[in-house]
Amino acid sequence: MGIELKKVTKQVGAETYIYETDLSFEKDGFNILLGTTLSGKTTLMRLMAGLERPSSGEVWFEGQDVTGIPVQKRSVAMVYQQFINYPNFNVFENIASPLRVSGVSSQEIKQRVGKISDLLKLTPFLDRSPDELSGGQQQRTALARALVKNAALVLLDEPLANLDYKLREELRDELPKLFQDTGATVVYATSEPLEALMLGGRTATLHEGRVTQYGPTSQIYRAPNTLVSAQVFSDPPINTAPVEKKNDTFHLTDLINWSVPVEYANLSDGQYVIGVRPHHLTVGTATEDMVRLNGTVQIAEISGSESIIHFNVEGHTWVSESHGVHQFKVGDSVELSLDVSRCFYFHQSGELVAG
Amino acid sequence: MNNYKWLVTTLYILFLMLPIYWLLNMSFKTTNEILGTFSLWPQDFTFDNYKKILTDPTWYNGYINSITYVVINTVISVTVALPAAYAFSRYRFLGDKHLFFWLFTNRMAPPAVFALPFFQLYSAMGLFDTHIAVALAHCLFNIPLAVWILEGFMSSVPKELDETAYLDGYSFWRFFLKIFVPTIAAGIGVAAFFCFMYSWVELLLAKTLTSVAAKPIAATMTRTASTAGYELGLLAAAGTLTIIPGAFVIYFVRNYIAKGFALGRV
Repeated sequence: MGIELKKVTKQVGAETYIYETDLSFEKDGFNILLGTTLSGKTTLMRLMAGLERPSSGEVWFEGQDVTGIPVQKRSVAMVYQQFINYPNFNVFENIASPLRVSGVSSQEIKQRVGKISDLLKLTPFLDRSPDELSGGQQQRTALARALVKNAALVLLDEPLANLDYKLREELRDELPKLFQDTGATVVYATSEPLEALMLGGRTATLHEGRVTQYGPTSQIYRAPNTLVSAQVFSDPPINTAPVEKKNDTFHLTDLINWSVPVEYANLSDGQYVIGVRPHHLTVGTATEDMVRLNGTVQIAEISGSESIIHFNVEGHTWVSESHGVHQFKVGDSVELSLDVSRCFYFHQSGELVAG
Repeated sequence: MNNYKWLVTTLYILFLMLPIYWLLNMSFKTTNEILGTFSLWPQDFTFDNYKKILTDPTWYNGYINSITYVVINTVISVTVALPAAYAFSRYRFLGDKHLFFWLFTNRMAPPAVFALPFFQLYSAMGLFDTHIAVALAHCLFNIPLAVWILEGFMSSVPKELDETAYLDGYSFWRFFLKIFVPTIAAGIGVAAFFCFMYSWVELLLAKTLTSVAAKPIAATMTRTASTAGYELGLLAAAGTLTIIPGAFVIYFVRNYIAKGFALGRV
């Protein structure tokens, strides 16, 4: 059993940062907090670390109530988005710092720091001061300091957000390996859905101070419980549009409609909201089981091998993501196919329709 | 146009340095020469003025007194300002901004306002004519200044640094002394420099609160003009020596001060 939040809330002044939250993170694998800026990721982490006290509720760690225990007495390490290192210490002393404080013998310090800096490729820089390092190396130093103390709880607050693309990919691959055998509970906050998917483990989606869903990452991605969870976990943003169910057909407009899939056969008639991930809406002629949309191009972007096209269908904007490079000019009319078998149906309240 | 660029700089330096050169010039002349003739450099070069200052206790004690209370004041100001600035930079509390501003308004009051009450109060406490009296009086102006400068430097250090240290197991004081103070060393240097300079040049309070035992050099310098007629050469030598400590201190903090300017706190 890793870290548990029991009915935790956090208010600062009149503002509520975290609404009542129950969450328990496991020991093995990555636990991901996914949400946009200001969704409460950092606050949640600070509550777990003990840097802030919850306004109400309890924080339990490995079966013990740790709510009021000062951070110094907990076994927690944290890595921030900004590269935080002690500017007056060299890299070696930076990594050794938690060991020095806890009174580990200098021989053991040397050995443990040596091992970690080998792992993180910092050995050539041990004598340098942190501000003589590149951003990637600075963040490695911070990671090394978090690793060297063998903390039972490791909190990574968007550690890769300030790194450039290449370094980010490199470190993202290494991270799960680094923490694999440490036996630590690892919590990782990110605002990028793709990052969550790549890291795997379990994900909690956060929206405006509430945890909307929690479970294995791929499961959350495949089956969001609410429209909000689906929106948090989609990049480019998920398409939503009102649909109406009449008898055995869903109507997007009068002309665009499709027959109700078997699993929704018992659904009562009425208004619903459809959620379509951009890659289920592709450029090209629709096959039999797909729905055809005709739109006008508003924005066309090409991201390597993917084309992201924003287009307009009868006043409603949609985002599509298609394989391959498709060149379009603004104003071009384009035919798209909507894979209705892969889309989500939500009640107007936002709940996923059980199917 | 380009060929005359040097001219502006040269004129600037010339006008800036002229009074200082003149002071230096006079300090190597006899008073008679200063009063009698106009000369661009000493005709009758003499070290007598300096010799007198460095051997006569009524003179050199002035320097010792000044340095003593200035150092005491700088140490007190910076020591007291450090925790205050930390609180202002790290915590939000009721009226924090007003308190910060109020503290700074002390700096705006003219010292003359405080001369009389301070004289009375310090006399009543038996502190009149002591170094500590002047050092404490200058705190009124220097602590707000030091808090202001240090708060700027501290706020430029992310609070995540503090948290990382706590997570690493540091207690507050261990973190503060071993990590935080070295991190803002530049700010401490700048704050100390400004406290030093203010206290060094401040005359009114220093003169009011002392008579003999803690008499500052600036007060001694004014004596020369009254008792033994005009001893201008001696006065010039004393002036020259007064510039030296400031120049000495500014040499050490010259790089930090640029940092202070960048933070808008100098």
